[in-house]
Amino acid sequence: MIGIDKNITLAYGNGGRLMHELIDMLRSKFSNKILNELSDAAEFKVNSTRLAFSTDSFVVKPLFFPGGDIGKLAVCGTVNDISMKGATPLFISLAFIIEEGLEFSILERITSSIKQSAAKAGVLVVTGDVKVVEKGAADKIFINTAGIGVIKKYSLGTKAKPDDVIIINGPIAEHGMAILNARENLGFLSTIKSDCRNLNFEVKRCLKASKNISVMRDPTRGGLATSLNEIAYSSNLGIEVYEKSIPVRANVRKLCDVLGFDPMYVANEGKFICFVKEKDAMKVKHAIGKGTRIIGKVTSSHKGEVYLKTQIGASRILPMLEADQLPRIC
Amino acid sequence: MKEDKIKLMEVCGTHTMAIARAGIKKLLPSEIELISGPGCPVCVTSQADIDRAIEISRIDNVIITTFGDMMRVPGTKTSFEDMKRDGADIRVVYSPLDALTISEDNPQKRVVFMGVGFETTSPTVAATIIEARKRGLRNFFVLSNFKVLFPALEALAGSSKLKVDGFICPGHVSVVTGTIPYAKIASHYKKPCVITGFDEIDIVKGIKRLVEQIKSHRCTTEIEYRRAVTEDGNIEARRVLDSVFDVKDSHWRGLGMIKESGLKLKNKYRQFDAEKEFKVKLPKAILPKGCICGEVLQGIKGPRDCKLFGKVCTPRKPVGPCMVSSEGTCAAYYRYGE
Amino acid sequence: MCLAVPAKVKSIEKNMAVVDFGGVYKRISLGILSDVKQNDYVLVHAGFAIGKVKQKEAEDTLKVLKELKDVLKDERR
Repeated sequence: MIGIDKNITLAYGNGGRLMHELIDMLRSKFSNKILNELSDAAEFKVNSTRLAFSTDSFVVKPLFFPGGDIGKLAVCGTVNDISMKGATPLFISLAFIIEEGLEFSILERITSSIKQSAAKAGVLVVTGDVKVVEKGAADKIFINTAGIGVIKKYSLGTKAKPDDVIIINGPIAEHGMAILNARENLGFLSTIKSDCRNLNFEVKRCLKASKNISVMRDPTRGGLATSLNEIAYSSNLGIEVYEKSIPVRANVRKLCDVLGFDPMYVANEGKFICFVKEKDAMKVKHAIGKGTRIIGKVTSSHKGEVYLKTQIGASRILPMLEADQLPRIC
Repeated sequence: MKEDKIKLMEVCGTHTMAIARAGIKKLLPSEIELISGPGCPVCVTSQADIDRAIEISRIDNVIITTFGDMMRVPGTKTSFEDMKRDGADIRVVYSPLDALTISEDNPQKRVVFMGVGFETTSPTVAATIIEARKRGLRNFFVLSNFKVLFPALEALAGSSKLKVDGFICPGHVSVVTGTIPYAKIASHYKKPCVITGFDEIDIVKGIKRLVEQIKSHRCTTEIEYRRAVTEDGNIEARRVLDSVFDVKDSHWRGLGMIKESGLKLKNKYRQFDAEKEFKVKLPKAILPKGCICGEVLQGIKGPRDCKLFGKVCTPRKPVGPCMVSSEGTCAAYYRYGE
Repeated sequence: MCLAVPAKVKSIEKNMAVVDFGGVYKRISLGILSDVKQNDYVLVHAGFAIGKVKQKEAEDTLKVLKELKDVLKDERR
């Protein structure tokens, strides 16, 4: 039981504050040095090789959406979690929980997508599992993947350093808005696509360009605002970001406006933020390539908090996602 | 010199949100104080009205359709979000017309639209009801919890407790109503009114025009949002509204009963009236202890004056209505650290 | 209290119109605003056109903030 809640509600899975409380409750149960890092991937040594290990489950609805599908997500999600540790992903596992009645043709489409995505990311599916459950016990298909990567250059932690510059590799909020429009039958037509893709090669280029990267994070559930808060909190430092510099595609911003969403809290699946020493910022920016922006910096004031410099130059707090956003008219 | 402060009330919750999101208060001269008003239809929906909708959602073969705004609003015991988790069929729609589609797709079920909103929203639902009749739908119903803004605004303007020097008036309500309903507030209650839009520039220009009026001792209604608002408003929308709804006395959360400040379906449309279709027993409404939303909605107190604020009362588990709606005063303060 | 976003009318069919918010398209109702032509800009709220709207001119918020301060100063003199 957390606070006043007796039951686990959906808010415990939305990437926001309550999910962090739940994760912390679970972590304390299994407390150990590796786990307590609470990094996207665990880091440990076997003999003299440093490895990164991560797992993730995928329950997206709908299964197919503009720009991707549950299979592509399942590969990219785990590949990216390993990459955020600074590791090169090598092998992944693949487990399906299938609800009885699922058409073989759908499974075929998903597995083809997994095959393609794994090839693109340069990882091998080396072990797997299938369970079939009765109708209602799952929603069509759930996928779990785990992955192992090897740390070649240097590993990334969860703590930023004072005066680090924050870089993002492209426009935010695309995945969340693409999924929402497809799921809720809201009837908006657009070319908005999920940004779902593997980030391991971009990360590799960053690590090659600079030895002074402290943290990388892919802002998935809870959006950019939530990831920034996680890092401010774990570093016990402040973060300042500039609204003007945060890239959002025009059509994504419009759909956010129409539905009353704040893009800072909408999920991404192909974006990462990189905290790097100021002198290397431009090198890293160029290493990632087109669309990359410097969006803010780490400060020694406002420890544990994120501040947003708004378009008109006012500074206000940017908290973690509190409650899932819903389409609204007010 | 505190008495010298110019106090302006932004009536509309969308203004409250825009002001907080852009950080406008931090850039305003210190002589100007902004107070948030009652202009959030979700916040002012009475607890009994929410309880009624929740009781209806318990009935078998009923689908509740609602704007996302209403999902977390607490009734006496529970909210739509809680009911949905427990299995009730509650669906978020973008438009009331989406509820008609759901009715057509589920002929064996009764579909109820939770109607909340001010003059901007109520005409869209009136048009939806006319459309439902045209399509011959017999399983579509509306819970009419619509509010009419001006009686409440008058009550505020006339309140001796409230010290406000002028009103920043809601742009999108005014698109429909035009300027005429503001006349009494400006001339009788001597409060300058400036109607404005929702971009930072609109809001700051609106504030500037209010200050100009106050400094030159004028009390008139001005439109800063010319690109959308005309003196006459949307006559067609009001005609559609008047053909479907009559005014009724209505209870506002925090403000109490206000004469002719609500809407009910006209007799000729009673077949769509959810209140007539579903006779439900309401739990005894218990207002949350310690909550000062009533005073916050009137601009007498601020969120920071509330003992529950940010502790027991947060956007996810809101106690009072001002925390519920993302545009509620307390939610804006919580989210943007005003 | 009411989110409404401007959109350009692309096509009209009876009392419905397809509008463009700027790369995002939606079929909306003209049930409470029927005097609408192709290429008009309308404000859209809850799937309905609620009023016509003109294009916004670009203006500088900080400049207006400064003017506001001047208004306050002038009067104090």
